[in-house]
Amino acid sequence: MAKQYETVIGLEVHVELATKTKIFCGCSTAFGGAPNTHTCPVCTGMPGSLPVLNKQVLEYAIAVGLATDCEITRYGKFDRKNYFYPDNPQNYQISQLYLPICRNGGVEIETEEGGKKIVGIHEIHMEEDAGKLVHDEWEDCSLVDYNRSGVPLIEIVSEPDMRSAEEVIAYLEKLRLIIQYLGASDCKLQEGSMRADVNLSVREVGAEEFGTRTEMKNLNSFKAIARAIEGERERQIDLIEEGKAVVQETRRWDDTKGESYAMRSKEDAQDYRYFPDPDLVPIIVSDEMLDEIRAKQPEFRTEKMARYKEEYDIPDYDIDIITGAKHMADLFEATVAICNQPKKVSNWLMGETMRLMKEKEVDVEDLRFSPENLAKLITLVDSKAINSSVAKEVFEVMFEEDIDPEKYVEEKGLKTVNDEGALRKTIEEVIAGNPQSVDDYHNGKEKAIGFLVGQTMKAMKGKADPGMVNQILKELL
Amino acid sequence: MSDILDMTAVELAAAIRAGKTTAVEATEAVLARIEEKDKELNCYVTVCREKALAQAEAVQAKIEAGELTGALAGVPVAIKDNMCTEGLLTTCSSKILGNFVPTFSAEAVLNLEKAGAVIIGKTNMDEFAMGSTTETSAFGETKNPWNTEHVPGGSSGGSAAAVAAEECFYALGSDTGGSIRQPASFCGVVGMKPTYGTVSRYGLIAYGSSLDQIGPLAKDVTDCATILEVIASHDEKDSTSVAREDTDFTKALVDDVKGMKIGIPKDYFGEGLDEEVKNAVLQAAKMLEEKGAMVEEFDLSLVDYAIPTYYTIAAAEASSNLERFDGIKYGYRTPDYEGLHNMYKKSRSEGFGEEVKRRIMLGSFVLSSGYYDAYYLKALKVKALIKKAFDDAFAKYDMILGPAAPTTAPKLGESLTDPIQMYLGDIYTIAVNLAGLPGISLPCGRDSKGLPIGLQLIGDCFQEKKLIQAAYTYEKGRGVFPSAVKKA
Repeated sequence: MAKQYETVIGLEVHVELATKTKIFCGCSTAFGGAPNTHTCPVCTGMPGSLPVLNKQVLEYAIAVGLATDCEITRYGKFDRKNYFYPDNPQNYQISQLYLPICRNGGVEIETEEGGKKIVGIHEIHMEEDAGKLVHDEWEDCSLVDYNRSGVPLIEIVSEPDMRSAEEVIAYLEKLRLIIQYLGASDCKLQEGSMRADVNLSVREVGAEEFGTRTEMKNLNSFKAIARAIEGERERQIDLIEEGKAVVQETRRWDDTKGESYAMRSKEDAQDYRYFPDPDLVPIIVSDEMLDEIRAKQPEFRTEKMARYKEEYDIPDYDIDIITGAKHMADLFEATVAICNQPKKVSNWLMGETMRLMKEKEVDVEDLRFSPENLAKLITLVDSKAINSSVAKEVFEVMFEEDIDPEKYVEEKGLKTVNDEGALRKTIEEVIAGNPQSVDDYHNGKEKAIGFLVGQTMKAMKGKADPGMVNQILKELL
Repeated sequence: MSDILDMTAVELAAAIRAGKTTAVEATEAVLARIEEKDKELNCYVTVCREKALAQAEAVQAKIEAGELTGALAGVPVAIKDNMCTEGLLTTCSSKILGNFVPTFSAEAVLNLEKAGAVIIGKTNMDEFAMGSTTETSAFGETKNPWNTEHVPGGSSGGSAAAVAAEECFYALGSDTGGSIRQPASFCGVVGMKPTYGTVSRYGLIAYGSSLDQIGPLAKDVTDCATILEVIASHDEKDSTSVAREDTDFTKALVDDVKGMKIGIPKDYFGEGLDEEVKNAVLQAAKMLEEKGAMVEEFDLSLVDYAIPTYYTIAAAEASSNLERFDGIKYGYRTPDYEGLHNMYKKSRSEGFGEEVKRRIMLGSFVLSSGYYDAYYLKALKVKALIKKAFDDAFAKYDMILGPAAPTTAPKLGESLTDPIQMYLGDIYTIAVNLAGLPGISLPCGRDSKGLPIGLQLIGDCFQEKKLIQAAYTYEKGRGVFPSAVKKA
């Protein structure tokens, strides 16, 4: 019988924090911007410049630590990680090795079998991002853009507690949700504000010792992560089955080819010569600071779900979906606060919003319509000023550019015609023009009335109340 | 003109305020002296003649308009070339920064400028402040104005020599292991290293970040206190800067040491100390005793450990601090290279001098994996013990008195042949940096060759005022120290 293998996975997750300014200087963290416009002597490594810690970075890191059940380090330090590369202006990265801000935490995930399990968090540390190299192939030279240099990151290092791609995704989704709820980051994998490196080894089921692990980089989506895990598991098992050894190394995943290649082995591993950065003072987390951050912790998903059930009387399924993304939950609550129609708001979010997000490939964080406008739209439908199909058209425009639905309906003349005389006249014309359907109806084909309603709506350019059309049709027939 | 150059900084500022002379006249006098002397002495890497004259005119106008009334307004100053000066070449006396013009000025320099200083130029130093003689400069050694066959000390040798040769009225230096106090001692001027955190390090190109402090080199204790009062500030741009309320150092210019307890560490008067230096320093102690201080000998302990501890910590920090000089962003880049790695290697090999490379290698070694605990961590532990030894001493004494250096200035070329011997010359100054303490060096005599001898007073953290008061009292008793120019 073939040997059975178990996959052992640990993750290193980098999260870019949503601070306005960089970790050690006052420069903007805004994405984009012409090269080297968000820079100063500190983040370009000019001689004589000195770093000063952005307190918000520390607060976010602690908040994430508290939300993931970590111990908070009360006396911490920053360390220098020394290595030469042009995107690293000082040729050392300020990070934390010896006394990271958070340790020994964990998050609970649901396993495939429907059970629950804790994925341990070894540590969370703060560090600065590097700049970006731009290779100019025409000029045969490379340029450096330091706009990213000094953007704050936290690195969340898990224990090797995951056993499958599904668990990895569940863990990442859980982390992302927690961090989004905290407002500490938008956690977008595609844009790189959340990056995960996968440490993976395999061992025979029942074995005590871990196998030799590899580290996989360049994973830009959950799908890529799942494929990379599958690919690496297969690769390692094949090696073992062939009697070869797995080499401890860093590999780069090529998602289009569906394979990875070795970047550097452990033998090439640099000696980073870590030591405490003498330019920064020790990080002392006082009781007051900890209490303050604790008091500011937001309502997390579990608590929110319970409250929704209590307050809004909407189905569990809806609650599950809406609270699955912080932005969606915020939109829901803000809209309900205006129009006080939880179920209708939920329907719009669960139905049209989800459909359009899928169709147009929009992330939940990038939804543009405002709660005010969604509430107005719901009110327009409630008051029968527009019918539901017109409402869907209007919503599609709102989805694209957050227009004011009241104004839009007015300008485009989309209001439902409530003039019964005009409607009656149109219906009479439809009946006269479709004798076959009228006959079918009289012969018991109930469905024929649907066709006549459709014809009427078409003639009315959609601006009629379908209920009213139905009623008048039945009466005239 | 020579009358002007004889004045102290405080005297000159008073004369300018009184309308007896002007900032422009003083600047012209200094520039003339530089013209006359500096080819031989080489105190300066850069003299900014036009800029200085323009600044002097602007400052003079403000003084006349009553906008500048400070005790240093209008006085020409020289800045050690490891402090950034906006728009003015800042080289650290290294080829690797030979073309570097900063975009901003060091906080200490800005503080001086706010007070109406006129910047004459940038002074020579040991490359990246690594050295004790100013001979490791990439731009030639500075010579001691007392005797040009001798070194001025280092690393702030250019600053000390410029003050002694009256090529400026005062200067800023930096002190990582004695780099202000030792050259002050060799050049017969007053030099002070304040408590770590008193003067902002923002804009000071780092050597050993946890040890570096900027401080004054001056003609007398009054100038020294006045300058320190101007440059000390709490700077939010420097995380290690301390908010102090007691920076009114001139208040301590009081001729009185009655009741002060002065400890003389026996460990500072043992083997290696020149007999003439020893006698001059003990003579100074005697005078303070006669003026009412209580003086007694004690065992400081751990003195022998200071030098290896210092060279481990300072080199470790330096190896990292100097990584940014890579030929990518600014400074020297080798003209011929193949690929990135080769460019780094050649730019740094060609751009740094021998002593700097020696310390980078030493620092990289003590931080490398497998050696970190044995060297760097151990050094940090010894550093803590040294601090404890000083704490014990200051529980008993207001200050510690000793020599600034074991000898007077050695001859040019003697020190670099034996770096270990050169390192040992820092024995009395280095522990002060390890413990973050303030220390002052002031002239207390001359040896048989006519070279100045320096007396060092060391205080507990934030006790600069006690040092200033004792130094001022000693200076009053000693009388005017001859200038290197007249050597009378």
